[in-house]
Amino acid sequence: MSDDCAHCDGLSRSRLLHKAFAEAGRGLPSIEPGMPLPAGTGLTRRRFVVGGLGAALAVYGGAHLGIRAFEEGIAAAAAGPAQPVFVSIFLEGGADGLSVLSPQGDSLYTSLRPTLALSGGTPLAEDSRLYWHPALGGIQQLYSEKKVSVLPAVGYTHPDQSHFTSRHYWEVGATDAQLNSGWLGRYLDKIGKQNNPLQGLSLDDTLAPALATTKMPVASISTPDDYSFYSNRVWGEVEQRMLQGIGLLGDQHGDAGLVTAGTVSKQVDRLRRQLLPFQSYTSPVTYPTSDDPFPKRLAGLAAMLGLGLPLHCVALTAPGSYDTHTNEAGALSDGLQLTSDSLLAFQRDLEARGLADRVLVHVWTEFGRRAQENGDSGTDHGAAGTGFLIGSRVTGTMVGEFPGLQSGLDADGNLIETADFRAVYAAILEQWMGVDAAAVIPNASSFTRPTLIA
Amino acid sequence: MWKGKFRVAQAERLLWRVGFGPRPGEAEALARLGLDGAVRSLTHPRAERLVGPRPHDQNGYPLAPYDAWGHDHLWWLDRMIRTSRPLVERMALIWHDWFATSNEGVGSQRLMLNQNALFRRQGLGSFHDLLVEVTADPAMLLWLNGGDNSKDSPNENYGREMMELFTLGHGSGYTENDVREQARALTGFRYDWTQSGPAHFRYDPTYHDTGVKTIFGIKGRFKWRDSCKLCVSHPAHAPFFVLKLWSYFVPVPPDHATQRELQKLYVSSGYGIRPVVEAILKHPQLYDGPRLVKPPVVYTAGLLRRIRRGIDTDDWVWLDAMAGQQLFYPPNVGGWDDTRWLDTATWRGRWWIAQEAIDPYALDPSRGGKPDDATKLIAGALRFWHEPPLEKPTRTALHTFAHRALHDAAGQDWKKQQYPPMVANALRHLIAVSPELQAA
Repeated sequence: MSDDCAHCDGLSRSRLLHKAFAEAGRGLPSIEPGMPLPAGTGLTRRRFVVGGLGAALAVYGGAHLGIRAFEEGIAAAAAGPAQPVFVSIFLEGGADGLSVLSPQGDSLYTSLRPTLALSGGTPLAEDSRLYWHPALGGIQQLYSEKKVSVLPAVGYTHPDQSHFTSRHYWEVGATDAQLNSGWLGRYLDKIGKQNNPLQGLSLDDTLAPALATTKMPVASISTPDDYSFYSNRVWGEVEQRMLQGIGLLGDQHGDAGLVTAGTVSKQVDRLRRQLLPFQSYTSPVTYPTSDDPFPKRLAGLAAMLGLGLPLHCVALTAPGSYDTHTNEAGALSDGLQLTSDSLLAFQRDLEARGLADRVLVHVWTEFGRRAQENGDSGTDHGAAGTGFLIGSRVTGTMVGEFPGLQSGLDADGNLIETADFRAVYAAILEQWMGVDAAAVIPNASSFTRPTLIA
Repeated sequence: MWKGKFRVAQAERLLWRVGFGPRPGEAEALARLGLDGAVRSLTHPRAERLVGPRPHDQNGYPLAPYDAWGHDHLWWLDRMIRTSRPLVERMALIWHDWFATSNEGVGSQRLMLNQNALFRRQGLGSFHDLLVEVTADPAMLLWLNGGDNSKDSPNENYGREMMELFTLGHGSGYTENDVREQARALTGFRYDWTQSGPAHFRYDPTYHDTGVKTIFGIKGRFKWRDSCKLCVSHPAHAPFFVLKLWSYFVPVPPDHATQRELQKLYVSSGYGIRPVVEAILKHPQLYDGPRLVKPPVVYTAGLLRRIRRGIDTDDWVWLDAMAGQQLFYPPNVGGWDDTRWLDTATWRGRWWIAQEAIDPYALDPSRGGKPDDATKLIAGALRFWHEPPLEKPTRTALHTFAHRALHDAAGQDWKKQQYPPMVANALRHLIAVSPELQAA
């Protein structure tokens, strides 16, 4: 079943698990009411449903667990050196960079944006022409703590103004319309594990294309604390057998459509087993309340990391609508506010759990918008946009500069990029994940890596 | 042209590709018509009859598709289940994906359903006429800002997507300048904001940019109908149209000869949709190629058709959303990603859809009365679903499950009574989520 531990004897397995749950217990306030901490071990006692047995066990450190592949996966991930975690946050639709950081200090700004120009607020410490959008107080706060690196004009040469093509480029990590594995997916294909779909996790209703692999399993779940499977009038042992049946249905061969459905069936089975210990959680900080699942997903993500689940690359879509062809101001502000407030809470949550050094967040959008507003109090598709890298270990210095509206616009009136997204990806792969970017990003050698990690 | 047998298996596959799968007996009846007769009956259907229980919400009230949240979804799902013209509904679903308009940006179920009626009315006619009607359709005018596009404040949104997504394909023979010039040609649509929302959709020449535009290298004082005509007669259009339409019916691309023939057929028929669909439905690649993963609403409608259950709960709205497809809410103007319906989140949505479909019929374990025999229980569960054809790996998986679960009961009388009905319930569920029922 498991590649990781096929050679292990019982003793080293139990040591692995022991360590795994020592990690997992850290910062996790899930002790059942009235239960004492096990003496001497420093381990918390957790409820744990063992797949296949249907039994809820009280586990001290996990030494008496039945061995299943996913448990070994957790053990291996948590017992080894802590893996860095990369979180991709996508502002879908092309967020208006010239409002995210408005160039109020640029003399052309108000004439290009007669109705949309923002005024006042806080200037960016590194470039006094640029002012923070008033909804970005949370990110601005983290910036003042040197936990945010700003990318004021990130994109690529020969910008494409199609939503789908441009986001595809960003997702696959190349300006190649034919490539159909994601850049994170290719990375996971190189270093991932055959038995761990949590290594690439979309906290969304469907899988983020950036995580699309060709070999290794990856997963998507809408909210991490609910991956339940119910069947009316099936319970106990029969229910456990039925849930195992989901995995059995995966053994398909021949027809490509059946194999596709079968493969997903197997991944569902593995993911369900991996999430069994994750029944409920509490957060050490308060997240914004919203109908949008974004803050809850981030809270769940921090809790999953706190539990020691083997997450490595994670993707989420930010709340809000950014394709602001009309009436831009209100829609943009609402989306940025919830995104920024949630990311601040997430950072504080990681700090409270002692995990902040392990997580790097990348906020991106497929393009910025036209410098000249369009007459409907909106903006049409543009080129270079704004991005952020957030985390305790970022340098906190700007990546690329703001090119200015005088000489920084191309023939179509769109902002010219001063940082290439592929250079940023290459730097993330090398400086954060610790692999050679040449194995993941096509023509990686042609991009000069910015320094992203302090 | 498919020269192989046209029997129940082929008829069943055809019914999945053109619609929502067979009701009990329908594949057999279609097979008797032969390939030509079968295709003709689907592409030239008689007047619609709605067959089966009438829809209602979970309180027993009739649906209010214009007004009640989610009833738009339920209303269309009911049409998919009860229609006698499956291809008409499936084409409407294809056009909903092709011209993907979301009520997220429109904010009116009435306007969305009016657009839906257009897809049903025009869905097998001329693509040119369809494009003209879509361009002036109120929901689309709101969705891609066509109604905000005027000579003094041009808005590129519709013009760009018309070329990129609806007619030519990205990077196919148009430039950024064409995008801007198309936007100018498309100026002139207006509407008013009223107490009851947007209204009075109209074309007002005083908002139209009457100047000369250059589109695809051609100069003229183009108006919005010219925009449509220019796109449809562009050399990149026929190849784009044929490949995109094909992809909804067959999961592997056509060979070059087929593609050329379909393009010729399309252009020579005056941009006819029906002749191209007919040719695809008779093509060997539809019958000997791989299975196609069903879109979530097709999966749902198909399960309900099999057991002759009508719409009697609102739950289908969020269940289909969980599986990745809430009707009238495509994720963006590019539509749903029809190549990636299944992942670990959407698969779980299908599990819950299957649970909801079988829920009312669940056997009561405490009443016992089922045989303690895996083979018999599997046969019974297949009868429940009216004998869907399953391949060997799935049959083996079902048998392994049933055998192990029954074995757990050994030696305990209450288990021997209660486990067989539970196993029967679980088998119905596992069959419903089996690869054969997800892809056809």
